[in-house]
Amino acid sequence: MSVVEETYDVVVVGAGHAGCEAALACARLGLKTIIFTVSMDSVALMPCNPNIGGSSKGHLVRELDALGGQMGINIDKTFLQSKMLNKSKGPAVHSLRAQADKLQYSVEMKKTLQAQENLTLRQAEVSEIMVEDGKIVGAKTFSGGTYHCKAVVLCTGTYLKARCLYGDVIEYTGPNGLKAANTLSASLEKNGIELRRFKTGTPARIDGSTIDYSKMEEQFGDERIVPFSFTTDPDSIQKKQVSCYLTYTNEKTHEIIRKNLDRSPMYSGVIEGTGPRYCPSIEDKVVKFAEKERHQLFVEPEGLSTNEMYISGMSSSMPEDVQYEMYHTVPGLEHATIVRNAYAIEYDCIDANQLYATLEFKKVKGLFAGGQFNGSSGYEEAAAQGLVAGFNAALEVLGREQVVLDRSESYIGVLIDDLVTKESHEPYRMMTSRAEYRLLLRQDNADLRLSKIGHAIGLISDERYDWVCKKEELIEKEIARVKEKNIGSNKKVNDLLKSLDSIPVTNGVKFCDLIRRPELSYDLLAPIDEERPDLPEEVREQVNINIKYEGYITRQIKQVEHFKKIESKKIPAGIDYDDVPSLPVKHRTGIQNFGSISCGHFCFVGIFGTGKVSKIIV
Amino acid sequence: MLEKDTIAAISTGLSEGGIGMIRISGDDAIEICDKIYKGKQKLIDVESHTIHYGHIYDGDTLLDEVMVSVMRGPRTYTREDVVEINCHGSVFLLKEILSLVLRSGARPAQPGEFTKRAFLNGRIDLSQAESVMDVISSQNEIAAKNSLRQLDGHLKNQIVSMRQKLIYEIAYIESALDDPEHISLDGYGDHLSEVIRPIMDEISKLISSAKDGSFIKNGIKTVIVGKPNVGKSSLLNVLAKKERAIVTDIPGTTRDTLEEMISFGEFSLHMIDTAGIRDTDDKVEKIGVKKAISMVDEADLVLYVVDSTFALDQDDFDLMEKISDEKVIVLLNKSDLEVKVSEEDILKHLPKKKIISISAKEHTGLDELKEEIRSMFFSGEIALNNEIFITNERQKFSLEEANRSLSQVCGSIENDMPEDFFSIDLMDAYESLGKIIGESLEEDLVNQIFSKFCMGK
Repeated sequence: MSVVEETYDVVVVGAGHAGCEAALACARLGLKTIIFTVSMDSVALMPCNPNIGGSSKGHLVRELDALGGQMGINIDKTFLQSKMLNKSKGPAVHSLRAQADKLQYSVEMKKTLQAQENLTLRQAEVSEIMVEDGKIVGAKTFSGGTYHCKAVVLCTGTYLKARCLYGDVIEYTGPNGLKAANTLSASLEKNGIELRRFKTGTPARIDGSTIDYSKMEEQFGDERIVPFSFTTDPDSIQKKQVSCYLTYTNEKTHEIIRKNLDRSPMYSGVIEGTGPRYCPSIEDKVVKFAEKERHQLFVEPEGLSTNEMYISGMSSSMPEDVQYEMYHTVPGLEHATIVRNAYAIEYDCIDANQLYATLEFKKVKGLFAGGQFNGSSGYEEAAAQGLVAGFNAALEVLGREQVVLDRSESYIGVLIDDLVTKESHEPYRMMTSRAEYRLLLRQDNADLRLSKIGHAIGLISDERYDWVCKKEELIEKEIARVKEKNIGSNKKVNDLLKSLDSIPVTNGVKFCDLIRRPELSYDLLAPIDEERPDLPEEVREQVNINIKYEGYITRQIKQVEHFKKIESKKIPAGIDYDDVPSLPVKHRTGIQNFGSISCGHFCFVGIFGTGKVSKIIV
Repeated sequence: MLEKDTIAAISTGLSEGGIGMIRISGDDAIEICDKIYKGKQKLIDVESHTIHYGHIYDGDTLLDEVMVSVMRGPRTYTREDVVEINCHGSVFLLKEILSLVLRSGARPAQPGEFTKRAFLNGRIDLSQAESVMDVISSQNEIAAKNSLRQLDGHLKNQIVSMRQKLIYEIAYIESALDDPEHISLDGYGDHLSEVIRPIMDEISKLISSAKDGSFIKNGIKTVIVGKPNVGKSSLLNVLAKKERAIVTDIPGTTRDTLEEMISFGEFSLHMIDTAGIRDTDDKVEKIGVKKAISMVDEADLVLYVVDSTFALDQDDFDLMEKISDEKVIVLLNKSDLEVKVSEEDILKHLPKKKIISISAKEHTGLDELKEEIRSMFFSGEIALNNEIFITNERQKFSLEEANRSLSQVCGSIENDMPEDFFSIDLMDAYESLGKIIGESLEEDLVNQIFSKFCMGK
């Protein structure tokens, strides 16, 4: 019997958010790449919430973009509404979030994949990885096709042995009724990879024409839209936005849920997987936060070509009839028709401690993994890992040194470091509190932080990188100028201050000190800064932030310097940690597997368990 | 805490006598030392790797005559600038000089920190990494244990409760940042001020109590043992000059332990009165007896009190066997009455131990006891743990750090800074307090966020 047999450099398994980034990165680095999906109609599918970004996730997308990823560009093309969250807070926690047109998002990404040189997009279920002498040599599909390759990137998302549950109904499918991938798990286990079960869930989609929006509060997007991608011209994406709506659950909703708890597979014990605490089902919310009289719900559009609305805040695995009953208690949803049921989904994934920070398996050379398969959750977390797994797979094939992003330079670094070193019992979500250097890791400076790395890898063009260097120079020069400047007390100055509700100055002041006043900013003070050069907005923003929060920023830079010092101390591989009596036994085996690691790492996973690296050594 | 700051510690044991040494390492080591040292030359002007004779002054007060070694990095143990002050090794002086150095800008070294710096600065070869890590982690363990052991249970609870309040607020801010559409921070600054002001007051009180020494049980751990009703509590009361323990004629009155700090000038005794030890069927008393015996194992010095008006019995023999390996002073109490126990009787069971006849009631023999303890201390026979003093300093330092962070928060609130800036300093305060009770951040925060606040989707 003859079978299809082809040869590639890299095989990517799964075309979700992680897989797309991985495949694009490999192809863009010149490698012959094939990406498999169980359905050509589910490329970059958003099976849960219809948005990209949000607190700290927005940071991930900006960083991804600075490293040459696709997600930012893709959402800029397909968003329906955009908002900068936390605008009243400090710049470190400003975060972009956009509502996506799901179908358009998927279509655009598919187009991008298909237009990409060196990249083949193929519908098939990968059922086997081929390993020889601890090294990946290929992958096989369910239909028997053999694909020889030098690296495989696993981005299987929630598809491995997936089952969807609500009430006592169990459907053995992936998300959205798509085919589950039932054969690959066994092949992975055969090759020494340990799998575990995680669980997540999604709310119902409701027919928008059956919703009474007059009973809800309309939620608008920002007036001026900020793009995700540093390559997108802001002026090109200003458009009429689609609204979301806010409504609430009430006592009646909660009563129905409490009454039917025994019919939820979460509570009846049918679900074995571990679910995320940050994304609780409405059942969980009602049980764990019994004192809350109501929970917020956001009703969000799924796209322009469908009338489906996503009910954010009310994911559930209740039986169909209870779902109807409980959604109908919500103001505006009294007569709502459900289009797709809410459900919980269980799937195979790994404890990412089996990976190096490059996202390569410790046990199988050439096998990489990214996305929800690694025990994370969220499109953005997935995409970020997909990119890193992808470019590292490519770098390995090319015989180049792989790249590890560290905690002090990016949220992506924090994400991966947490995943591969910390113990986790639930799908991992990025949170701003997980980044210890968040004052430096802002969404506004992701290009300044990471373009150099993206350029060195080969995913950022010379032209783009030159601009970042130029921008950096302009910022530095302008900060230096502003720091030297003093402002005298005169009528022009004090008139401006008064008009901005700021206390007039009686003696001369440093210009910086004026900028630092909460009610003032670099831009607002332009009229009294005659020598100011004409600078682009993105430069002015950096000058303002760096001056305004200088004290805090300097403190963090010092912490980072210290962190780097610890990180740079490599502890040689081959130390027998059993000879270190004070090291708790439970950490010895873990650390034994790490090979050569940095001192910071050692402290991190070994002696101190989890904690802040910067605080550890000194 | 940053690598660059300057650290100091007593580098010789506190009890060895003769010469004592304080080591200072870091960028400001020489500058700090110049503030307190007077000699022919300013240390900043002397050549590296030279030794200088001079005096240490606290303001105008002469503290000691010293030899100071100045070694500039990188040819030093830590590869940083290092100054070593060699002084007369009295415990009192070493403590005074270290305090002075700390007041002048250094911070107390963490356990193993000189070695850590040596390692981080590339002084120690990679092949030594293993043993370095071992030293560091085991010393951390000891420090954490010390810190905890010396901390009064009540104070520990106080710190735990302050930390709980702080982590709750941090989690609130963080959950609002992560989920701004569900959790609002409107007017939060005012609320936070109300929460942290009382915490700052509480910490200030702790700092002042740390200064007068009552904060830490900082002394030679001395355990009083003996059969019931031989006068152990009376002895404690007489030494402490107050009626603390209940003194009755009923054997077994002290069923738990009682503790007292007794100052001997240069050092203190952390004196612990235990339940009388005898074979008993009384449940509560049994627990006390068990505890008393376990205290003996941890003691630096044991005072064994015998009622000399009764002949020794089996309980005494058992007890003497248990303490025979410890540093023991035997006290023949009630020497004002008719004595039935002689020194020889004791020496048969406890050879070579010092025996003193006293009367707790008539206050006789007490001077001799004090003199004996003093001489044991200065001969180095019993030691005040070097760690204890430095632990006290570290704890004080951590409290001060916590308060500095909290006043930063107040500053941020007053300056109308955005709320995410509050949590940075709150976190630092939380961690500083954690150092005192030996707890780090771990997953506290994320757990708090999820358990206390209902998040998203």
